[in-house]
This record gives sequence, structure tokens and C-alpha cells, in this order.
Amino acid sequence: MPKRTDIRKILIIGSGPIIISQACEFDYSGTQACKALREEGYEIVLVNSNPATIMTDPEMAQRTYIEPVTAEMVAKIIERERPQALLPTLGGQTGLNTAVAVAEMGVLEAFNVELIGASIPVIRKAEDRDEFRKAMWKIGLRVPESVIVTSLEQARESAERLGYPVIIRPSFTLGGTGGGIAYNREEFELLVSSGLEASMNHQVMLEQSVLGWKEYELEVMRDFKDNVVIICSIENFDPMGVHTGDSITVAPAQTLTDREYQAMRDASLAIMREIGVETGGSNVQFAVNPANGELVVIEMNPRVSRSSALASKATGFPIAKIAAKLAVGYTLDEIPNDITRETMASFEPTIDYCVVKIPRWTFEKFPGTEDYLTTSMKSVGEAMAIGRTFKEALQKGIRSLEIGRFGFGADGKDLTGLSPDEIGQKLRQPNSQRLFYLKAALESGMSVSEIYDLTGIDPWFLHNLVQILEMEKTLQGRSLGTLPPDLLRQAKEYGFSDVQLGHLLQVSPQDIFQKRRELKLLPVYKLVDTCAAEFEAYTPYYYSTYEMEDETRPSEKERIMILGGGPNRIGQGIEFDYCCVHASLTAREEGYASIMVNSNPETVSTDYDISDKLFFEPLTHEDVRHIMEQEKPRGIIVQFGGQTPLNLAVGLEQVKAPIIGTSPDSIDRAEDRERFKALLKKLGLIQPENGTAFTTAEALAVAEEIGYPVVVRPSYVLGGRAMEIVYEPGALETFMAKAVLVSPGHPILIDKFLEQAVEIDVDAVSDGEKTVICGIMEHIEEAGIHSGDSACVLPPYTLDAGQIERIRNNTYALARELGVRGLMNIQYAFKGETLFVLEVNPRASRTIPFVSKATGVPWAKVATRVMLGQTLDSQGLQGEIVPGHVSVKESVFPFLRFPGVDTLLGPEMKSTGEVMGIDQGFGPAFAKSQLAAGMDLPLSGTVFISVKDPDKIPILATAKKLARLGFNIMATSGTSRFLEEAGVINQTVNKVREGRPHVVDLIKNGEIQLVINTTIGSKSVSESASIRQTALLHRVAYTTTVAGARATTEAIEALQQKTLSVRTIQEYHEGLKNRA
Amino acid sequence: MKALLALEDGTVFPGRSFTGAGEAQGEAVFNTAMTGYQEVLTDPSYKGQLVSMTYPLIGNYGTNNEDVESDRIQVEAFLVKEYLPFPSNFRCRFSLADYLKQGRVLGLEGLDTRALTRHLRNFGAMRVAASTENLDPQALIEKARSIPPMLGLGLVDQVTTSQAYIWAGGKKSGFPEREKKNPWKVKDSSYRVVVLDCGVKYNILRSLEKRGCQVLVVPAQTQAREILEYQPQGLLLSNGPGDPAANPGIVQTVQNLLGLLPIFGICLGHQIAGLALGGTTFKLKFGHRGANQPVKYLKTGRVEITSQNHGFSVDISSMNDPEVELTHINLNDQTLEGLEHKRIPLFSVQYHPEASPGPHDASYLFDHFLSLMEKQRRK
Ligand SMILES: Nc1ncnc2c1ncn2[C@@H]1O[C@H](COP(=O)(O)OP(=O)(O)O)[C@@H](O)[C@H]1O
Ligand SMILES: Nc1ncnc2c1ncn2[C@@H]1O[C@H](COP(=O)(O)OP(=O)(O)O)[C@@H](O)[C@H]1O
Ligand SMILES: [Mg+2]
Ligand SMILES: [Mg+2]
Repeated sequence: MPKRTDIRKILIIGSGPIIISQACEFDYSGTQACKALREEGYEIVLVNSNPATIMTDPEMAQRTYIEPVTAEMVAKIIERERPQALLPTLGGQTGLNTAVAVAEMGVLEAFNVELIGASIPVIRKAEDRDEFRKAMWKIGLRVPESVIVTSLEQARESAERLGYPVIIRPSFTLGGTGGGIAYNREEFELLVSSGLEASMNHQVMLEQSVLGWKEYELEVMRDFKDNVVIICSIENFDPMGVHTGDSITVAPAQTLTDREYQAMRDASLAIMREIGVETGGSNVQFAVNPANGELVVIEMNPRVSRSSALASKATGFPIAKIAAKLAVGYTLDEIPNDITRETMASFEPTIDYCVVKIPRWTFEKFPGTEDYLTTSMKSVGEAMAIGRTFKEALQKGIRSLEIGRFGFGADGKDLTGLSPDEIGQKLRQPNSQRLFYLKAALESGMSVSEIYDLTGIDPWFLHNLVQILEMEKTLQGRSLGTLPPDLLRQAKEYGFSDVQLGHLLQVSPQDIFQKRRELKLLPVYKLVDTCAAEFEAYTPYYYSTYEMEDETRPSEKERIMILGGGPNRIGQGIEFDYCCVHASLTAREEGYASIMVNSNPETVSTDYDISDKLFFEPLTHEDVRHIMEQEKPRGIIVQFGGQTPLNLAVGLEQVKAPIIGTSPDSIDRAEDRERFKALLKKLGLIQPENGTAFTTAEALAVAEEIGYPVVVRPSYVLGGRAMEIVYEPGALETFMAKAVLVSPGHPILIDKFLEQAVEIDVDAVSDGEKTVICGIMEHIEEAGIHSGDSACVLPPYTLDAGQIERIRNNTYALARELGVRGLMNIQYAFKGETLFVLEVNPRASRTIPFVSKATGVPWAKVATRVMLGQTLDSQGLQGEIVPGHVSVKESVFPFLRFPGVDTLLGPEMKSTGEVMGIDQGFGPAFAKSQLAAGMDLPLSGTVFISVKDPDKIPILATAKKLARLGFNIMATSGTSRFLEEAGVINQTVNKVREGRPHVVDLIKNGEIQLVINTTIGSKSVSESASIRQTALLHRVAYTTTVAGARATTEAIEALQQKTLSVRTIQEYHEGLKNRA
Repeated sequence: MKALLALEDGTVFPGRSFTGAGEAQGEAVFNTAMTGYQEVLTDPSYKGQLVSMTYPLIGNYGTNNEDVESDRIQVEAFLVKEYLPFPSNFRCRFSLADYLKQGRVLGLEGLDTRALTRHLRNFGAMRVAASTENLDPQALIEKARSIPPMLGLGLVDQVTTSQAYIWAGGKKSGFPEREKKNPWKVKDSSYRVVVLDCGVKYNILRSLEKRGCQVLVVPAQTQAREILEYQPQGLLLSNGPGDPAANPGIVQTVQNLLGLLPIFGICLGHQIAGLALGGTTFKLKFGHRGANQPVKYLKTGRVEITSQNHGFSVDISSMNDPEVELTHINLNDQTLEGLEHKRIPLFSVQYHPEASPGPHDASYLFDHFLSLMEKQRRK
């Protein structure tokens, strides 16, 4: 059946900000969908509040709304755009749930918009745990015994009957949000309440546990002619009980006979038909009893999911693209498989390699939460690796994680001196380090069956680990000179890195590399082709392995190689992938062949049609060097992938890598404290008084000299890793103890902490001669809160012309002195009238996508052309653009997933993503940013104010305004008295330690709608923690800074006036023409 | 143990044996299924062939007593990238290595099976020799060249049953001479199906029995007259190895039976039906072997993901009898996958509705066979 002609305009809902369990994969799927539908001639209307996405690039859709992904806003957009169809299955759970909400508002009927991909009944049947359960019974499939409840009371009754542990699973959520495993009544009550909160329809399922069963996922596609195909099967290394998103997963399934696999396939087909997913991709999860093969269904998601992105990258089959085409009426047998060209999409990919995905966690950033894994996802990113054996893929996967490990141990970082109890405990309780405890267990002589009993990890996987360990033992203590070449080859086939081999053979990785070169023991590159080589493949998607035949085709064009950012982590995420994608596209536009190297399956950059060649490889010196020497690029771009490629730059240059753009030496000049100090002195610029220290003694001395409070941190880190503000020597000592671990060998940096200073972020691009400012962003929160966490405004909203001019001139000077070629990012702070330079990053920054969307200039592309040799003038760049509209960037935090963590912001970055709010004025723009970030601002009710002394005067105006806006005000004694005297009527309320009822009680009882709470000093911080905690859990709006309070108040005012309107980014950019 | 695989065109692949010493020759083919190696090993259609699995990790779930398609291992040798010696599955009885050793079949690992696949794809399936004793490339290449080519090679006699048997309760049961005239167990209405065994896969028999058929399996050379004496309600032409054109006798038998009872051909059985209807067959460059082949059922427009294993095909252009309807085509290469006679009760498919290994999408064809027999009975 050809495509539908009765629809011309299609609305696609994006997934909004990056949060745990909903990351770049939905930019990947959304981007594919936009491309696929545009090439079919449809007009695409897109809504997504996340500016760092490729899908929100103005050329992706015709009408792009960077607006909050909420039912109200989407309704406004529908009313304005009048699309004939809404495609809700590509924006993750957010897209799906928003679509349902919009439908319930009656908007779809009112403007007769048709849901394509999945209808409301289908979504209900799949996402409503009760309806789903019934559907499974109907088609004779088993599900674990369960009870559906909508209140805590109901829950209590059934708990006992099911027996502990009980699994709590909310409806309409993903990433296990609000769910968990309750081992006792206390945990049960907590989880059920949070589950009910999290569920869109206040429904949770209490389910009998099948902990320890094998977990599988199948990716399924169906067209409206009822053709159904399985794209990929995935087997979890970690058994049931660890969320698939937190599990190491392997494709294809490894330990199923054809009989068992076909039973699962049959079940998946039956489920697709019973649930009634007309078209598109879905994923179905199963659990299998290892003792007898008994099969139970866990869930299905009637949309492309995290695992469909993984499946796409694992097989080469573009699930999202095909899903989009099916949604407009094509059938699978009408869509060509663009990998093989000669075959159609109506087949099941078969793969001839093994894929391993390993999650990337950041527990270290959330002290106060325990590092353990359960059914609620906690990882912030993942790395995928491909090999011809599981052993090879696993070891490549581990070194792709960039956690300082280079394989399954044997890299000098193995855990040692652990007691059997410790090991046992860490094996029993899943955690982010379990892989390395498995290594320790095996070394300690624990048998596979013992480990199996403790972990439930299938013996097949464990035996593979044993083989790796045996290889390690064989190599241990041998000498490189006398090592049989065959043994070295087998080690490489097992995925051992040169770092590991160097460690085992007591030589440097370089020595190993040299030796291998002599032996011609170098990797070959094989194609990912969906068909195990049965047909010729045209897409250039490669992975390395150690075998006979290399399949890379030489490209006659000159090549530009781009190093990606690797797995997402807090501080380095989608923003950098966005830049890499732009670099690749630009290189191609400029007539080069672009080569992408990355290991992150969620990304657009690892889509096979973004670059001329894609190498799905770990971003380590060894792996990158192999590709470099194979492809001989004319230039390598390291400044777009965040800190990852930057850290490789120096080493690569030493082996003659043609790094283009700002030189590694300049990068070092900015990163190295002493050299940076000299640089600033030379330019007569000011930085906070500072010093460096390797030891605690040195640190204390420095701090004495410059005076407390000070900001301390390790050098060469991103996202303010392990960065702290310390107010007294004691705290400094504790810090030093930890810090030395984070970046060993590098000094600890100590700065005078600038209190009450305004922070400014500047992005600029320079060609070595001319420098153009991309954007100046004023932070809303004061300095001391990480630039990645604080909200910011473009253009600045309190700085005066003079201040801005000074910022400009400093920026020009720094760019010239560093000889920047490409992008640079500078953080300044104004304390009074003094302008401090906080740091300079001669690379693309987190804010580049935001600035590009705000100013209508694709800065990463401009910078790429500069690196390719064009001047800014030759690119016809007019110069700085100062928009007339206001753009606000707000950050989004994962606190809800880390119970017990204080939500107070600080110099260590904690946010996982950002949203953008655009409007004509600050109030509405900020209001949008808050809506988009999921903060529901109250329009009336009671405000709770409790601020530290220095903040009392500054908060006054805000308090008055809130009163004027009709809010009652409650305050703690000190603040209350102050406000009283200043003539602001308010009620006094108990601090927690002052006896009950206290503020926390009131928040719990819903008597407070807005919390304004600033603190100083560790004591009051810990006292007020419970306030912030409670606000968070009860979803009460809160702010921890005066500036935040001020902005929030303006937003509330804007909301009260109901002035929020929607506008496309294309329209905003139109308005910017010749503003430069 | 070091081993060598030599191709007739002079290419050699180094590898290791995981089943001890051994030698083998035959045609090298590749199978792209990711599961079901035990079914592949025991499929009689692989007679005369060394099978390479494109999926690199083999042995993971061992072998068991149920997933067999005949009473022995049929492949000449088994070629894989990595053999995993620690099977993990609740049904596992023997490791793959032990299973192959018991069948005295050579298993090679450490081969760049992807390179081999690409080679066969580009230059066609070819004769090869594998050995752990004879590691001299030239000698081994010569050996590969010395064996008869698959084209024109008849292999049915090597795999067909020596005497007729009843398939019941999921296994063979012979019958005494006196029952030869009427071996059927039940006399009631359940369909009596004769299976002409050219190397039948057990799952074809299982699929018939599951649907209530009585199944009598007879040797491939059984004459039309004998078959009719059994008074069957349907005839199933089974899958099997070798060049279909090398079986004129069987083709003759089928021609003699055309129109006399419902006939269902599978794989080789389909090719024989094609020949019996006046068509011709040809050798595919490297064949279809796997569990992901898309086939379009032209009557409904539906696509089936099918299990396939064939190196020959009925020439679609040779089927010009206007009474023969082409019902199924392969979406990958447009070759003929199924046909049906408009007047006489006969239909056949090139692929494997009994799956095993592979998807169950096409099992409806057995029901179709039953409905044909039902119609016939009504007449
Ligand atoms: N009955 C159960 N027993 C043990 N673990 C379970 C059970 N049900 C679900 N899980 C675990 O919880 C995880 C999350 O459940 P799921 O329904 O997939 O949540 P989400 O919809 O957020 O993905 C699963 O990946 C599985 O590991
Ligand atoms: N001397 C200082 N005074 C006040 N705040 C500071 C100071 N130095 C750094 N900060 C705060 O810490 C945050 C992180 O510091 P930064 O150097 O940007 O680390 P990163 O390299 O991780 O971005 C900054 O955004 C700023 O808010
Ligand atoms: Mg779900
Ligand atoms: Mg799930």
C-alpha cells in the first residue's frame, strides 16, 4: 500500500529534557522520523523543549516548537498548526503520555487530529498494567501473580498475600520510575506511595517476584497488513530484578535453543496482535525460569524505546525510520533496506557478531545514596561494543565506559584484599561495580556455581569471564620478547587492550603496540550489515576485531575524523554529540569524507547515515590510533566531544595525529593551572586568588593564605567533578582525602570562593584572527552553582552595557592569546564591579546548542569550517547576534531517583539535561523553562521563606511581590521577624528542631505551595535538607537561591496573566535576520 | 588441534578442531540462523555439505534429545568462529563437541566464518576439503577438486529410509510384513498421509501428527502403485539433499500420482513437483540457508519470515503451464517459493513450514494440506 495522501501535516512530540531512562535515544529516533517523513513530502510540526537535540535543528522539521512538552502547550500548538495527524510513539514515555493527556482534553477530537502509530486504546492496553495483564491472560500467556492497587490502603491488604519480596510497578512510566523491590513492610509503604505519585493514572501493580530469572527483550515491528518481524533479541547479563536499563545486556540472545526462542517469538507476535499496535516498533520483555524454561511476560512498550535504539545500533536496522514510514501507510515489503539496497525491510536481521551494552552510572556524584541496583533505573548513560566473541565485546565495552578501566581487570586497578564476606555481599546485592567484584570473586577461587547462586548470572556468561581470567593468568609475568605470537593474537581476540597487556607483561602499552606492528597483529574492520554478509552492504558501519579479512573501503576523498563523546554522563551528554553531528555534516558539505568514532548507542552521531564512515569503537588511545592509521585522515577534530577526546589529544599528537583546530598545547595552557595563571597575568585579567596543592598540608597552607571560603577541585575534570566549597580547615582535610583519588597525579586546585557573585557563560568562535561571540549568558543562580546546573538567560538581564563590553574585550583577548581556532567557552563572575575569569575551555561547550537555537546560527558548523581553514569573514558571518527575544536555559535533575540526596545545588554538576524556554519577555520565558523542566509553579497559595542572613535584604523585594501576587507568606523565626519589620505580613512557622507542627509537616500536608530556602554553612545545610527533600518528594516548587526566587516570582506573575503563547523557532530566527 | 579448510578455488582458511582428529569433503555452504544448530546438524538436506554458521558463538546451549531432525548428524563437517565448551540450558544433555564426536563428525573453530561467507557469496558455494591430518594446502585443494560437484549429484538414496515405517507418538515404529498391505493403526477418520522420504525432517512428521494425521513414511523409490495400495488420503513429498534433477524416478512416480490424491511438496519435494509439472530447476549461486528469509504469499499479500535450506530452485520462467499458479515468491531475490495447481489437488513450497529451526509463520500450510484432503474426502 503506498503512503497515505489524506494527511499532509504531522505533529511529532519529542521527549523533552534528558533524564535518567529517557536520553538521547529519543533524539535519535525523533530525528530519524523527521527525516523519513520529510522525504515522503509531509510537513512536520515538532515540539520538544530540549534545545540540545538534533531534531530541533531548524532544518529538521518545517515547524519546530521549542516549547514545554505539556498537554496545555501541545494543545496550543495543535490549535495553531491544525495537523491532520499526531505521531506519539517516537518521543519516549513523555511523548506517549502527553499524547494521551491531549486526547483526554478532547483536543484531538476538536481539531480532528488522528493518532497514528498507536491509538489511545492501544496505549492504554499496553501501559495500564491491569489491562495488559488481562490481555495476556486472554491469549494464554503467563504473567507473574499480581494485584493492581490505586491506594496505599488497598496495597497493604494484598502485600501479605503475595509475600515479600514484592515488586512494585507503576503504570505509564519508564525506567522503573517510582517502582522497586520491597523486602519489608517499611520499604513497601514507601515504594507504593512513590509509585502512585509517579503513575499517570495513580495505579501500581504489586507483583510476585521472579527475581533471579533470566530477562529477555524482543524488538518487534508490525505494519498495518499485520506483517510482523523481530528485529533483535536481547539477553540480560543481570537477571530479573535489575532494570534492563541498568543491566549489562547482550545481543542476540545467547542461551536459548531455537525452540525456546521461537516460543518467545510466537508470544511477541501474539502480544503485538492482541494489544493491537497497528504499526511501528514495540519492545516486549520476558522472564524465563532457568530451571525449566517457564516463560512469563513482564511488559511491552508500544513505542520505540531505549532498547529499540540499542537494537538499531546492534543490528543496523533503522527501527525509528521504518516505524515512521509504517505509520503513514507503507508496509514492510515496500520499504527498501538501505543497508543492502536490494532487499526489503520485511525480513529479520541476522547478526554475525556479539553486542554488549554496559550502563554508565554516576553514584559518585550523589554521596548519600547507596550504590545498589534495583528495578528503578539509575544509570545516566551507556556504552556499546561489538566483537566477534562475547569476551572481545565485553572487554571493549568496559574500556568504552571511560571509568579508568581498560578491560575485565588486569589493568592494575583490580580490587584486592577483599574479604569473602565483602565479595559475597557485593555479588548478592547488584551494584555498579559488580563486574569487578565478579573478577575478584573468580580470583579468590570462588566457583562458577557459587557465583551463580549468589548472582543468578547465567553460567554461560560466567564461564566466559573465567576464560578471560585464564588468559590473564597465562600472560602474567611472561616477557613480551619471548611471548609466542599466537598467544598475543589470542589475547587480542579475547579483547585485551594494550594497557592490560602492558600491565601483565610489565612493559608500556606503546611497547605492545610496537611489537604488534612488527608482527602485523593489527585489527581488521568488519561491517554491520543486518544480514551476516549474505548480501552486499552499502552502509559504512564498522567495528574492529582480530581476524583474517578487513572490509573497509578506501574513500578517495580527503578524510576528516571526528572523535565523539562516548557514554553519556553527568557533565558530558547530548550537547557534545550535537556538536559532533554538526561537525560531520559540515565536513561532508565541504567535500570531505567524514569519519565518526563513538561508542554511545543512544546518539545521533552513531546513526549510519550521518557520516561517510562510522566506527563503533571505544574512545581510547589504542582504538582511535588503529582507526587513524588505517584511515589516514587529513584532520582529526577533538574539540567537540567534550573532555573525552580532549584527554586523548596530547597522546594522539605524540603519535603524529593531525589534530585540527586549537592546538593541544593551547588546550593545555588553559587546563594547566600554572600556565593559565601566567596567561591571565600576561593579559592583565583577574582570577580568584588561587593556588594548587598535591598534599593536604600544602592545601591547608594555600587556603590559609587566600582565606576561606575556598572552592577546591581536582584538575582535568569535567562537570565540577568532586568540586566543593569549603568553609573551614576540617572540611578541607576531608576533601583532600577523597580528591586525590579522582584524578591521581594531577594537582588539587584551590580558589578563593567568590560569594554573591554573578556568573556569566560566554561562547565564542575564533579563526585565529577574528573572534565572534556566539552568546553571552547570565546565570540566574550566583557563582558557586555549577554552570551546568544553574539556569541562564540570553541575552543577560541585569548586566549593563559597560559590563558586557568588558566581557567582550576579555573574551577577544583570551581567544587571541590562546590562538583559538574553533570554539571556546569562558566562565566569568562579576563580584561588584570586578570581573573574574573562572575558567576557559578551548572547546565546544554544553551551551553551544542552546546558543545556536537562541541566535539562529549553527555555531558548531561555523567552527568546523574554521577548523577546515575558512575564515569567519569568508563564511560571511556578520558578527555577534543579540536577539530581541529572551531565551532561558533551565537544568533538570535526577534527585527523585536518588533517595536521601540533598537537592541543594553546588559547584559539582548534578543535572542530567536541560530545557529551553523562549518568549518575548523574561517572565514568560522563565515560566516556560520551569514548565518544561517539570516544575509546576503555583498561581496562588502559601510561600515558605527561610533565608540566610546575607540574603534577607535581597529577598525582600521578592517577598513583597509575592504578597502582592496574592500569596500568604510563612517564614522561620529569623526571616519572619525581618519581614515583619520590613512590613511584610507573614506567619511564623517552626523549624524542624523547634518542635511540631513544623515546616516539613506543613509541606507534607500540602499547606505550602512554594519553598524559598537558602542556607550557608554545613550546620544549617543539614538542618534544612529535610525541607528540600520533602518539597521534592511532594512535588512542591522550591528554589534554593535568591535569584531563583526572584525569577520564579516573575514567572508566576507571567503565568497569572496567562500570557504564554507558542511560536516556532523558524519564526524567531526569521525575526533575527540582519540583527547583527 | 590445528586444522585447515581448503576451497577448490585455492583459498585456504586456518582453524582448529574442537572434536579431535578428522577429515571431511563436500560442498561448503553457510547458514545465517542465530539459533538451532542442532536442528541444522541433523537435517538430512545437508548431506554432502560442510555447514558454516554465520553466528560466531556456537555450543552455548549444548545439545539435547528433542531438537533432532533425523536419527543422526547429517552434515559432513561443522564450521564455526568460536566453540563455547560450557553449555548452559536446562534441557542440555551433551556438549556440542561430545555430540559431534559421537557422530564422528569434524567440528572446526577459529575460522573467519564471515570471510568464508563473503567468499561463498561472491564466488558461489564450492567444493572444499577440511582436515586435521593433512595440513598441506595444495594437497587439500586437490582433494577438494577431486570430489564430484553438487550439480547433477543425487543424494536421496543416502538418506531415505530403507523400509517403510509408521510415525506415531513422536517416533518411528516399524510394522510386521503381514500388515504391509494396511499398516495404518487407526481405521477412523483421521487422515492417512504417506510421506515420500527423500530425507524427511522429523518436524514435518511431528507437524502432521500434531494435526491428527496418521503418518506412513516410505522409501523414496516407492512406486506409485505401491503408494496407492496404502490407500492414503494425502501424499507429502519431503525435503532432501542433492540436485533435484538427479531424481527422474521420483519425478516419474509423482507424475503417475498427479490428480489421484492431494499432494504437498516441501523443499526438494517442491522441486520434484515442479519438475513433474514440466518445469526445470537450476543451481543457485550460494542458496538460501537461514531462518529470516522473507516470502510473500501472493494471494494475501502477507509476508512470512521463513526457514530455508536449499541450493537449487525451480526456474520461475519454466513454469508456464497456465494451470499452475505461482503462489509464493522470495522478496530477497524474487525466486519461486511456492506453487499450486488450479485443477488437481497439489501445492508445494520451497521453504520449510515445519521450521525447526526458524519461525512458525508458515505452519498454516499444513492446515491447508488437511483442508485439501478434507475436500477430497467430501468428493
Ligand atoms: N515480577 C518481577 N520480579 C522481579 N523483577 C521484576 C519483576 N517485574 C519487573 N521486574 C524488573 O523490573 C524492571 C522494570 O520493570 P518494567 O516493567 O520493565 O519497568 P519499565 O516499564 O519502567 O521498563 C524489569 O526490567 C525487571 O528487571
Ligand atoms: N572562585 C569561584 N568562586 C565562586 N564560584 C566558583 C569559583 N570557581 C568556580 N566556581 C563555580 O563552580 C562551577 C564549576 O567550576 P568550573 O571551573 O566551571 O568547573 P567545570 O570545569 O566542571 O565547568 C562554576 O560554574 C562556578 O559556578
Ligand atoms: Mg515500560
Ligand atoms: Mg521495561
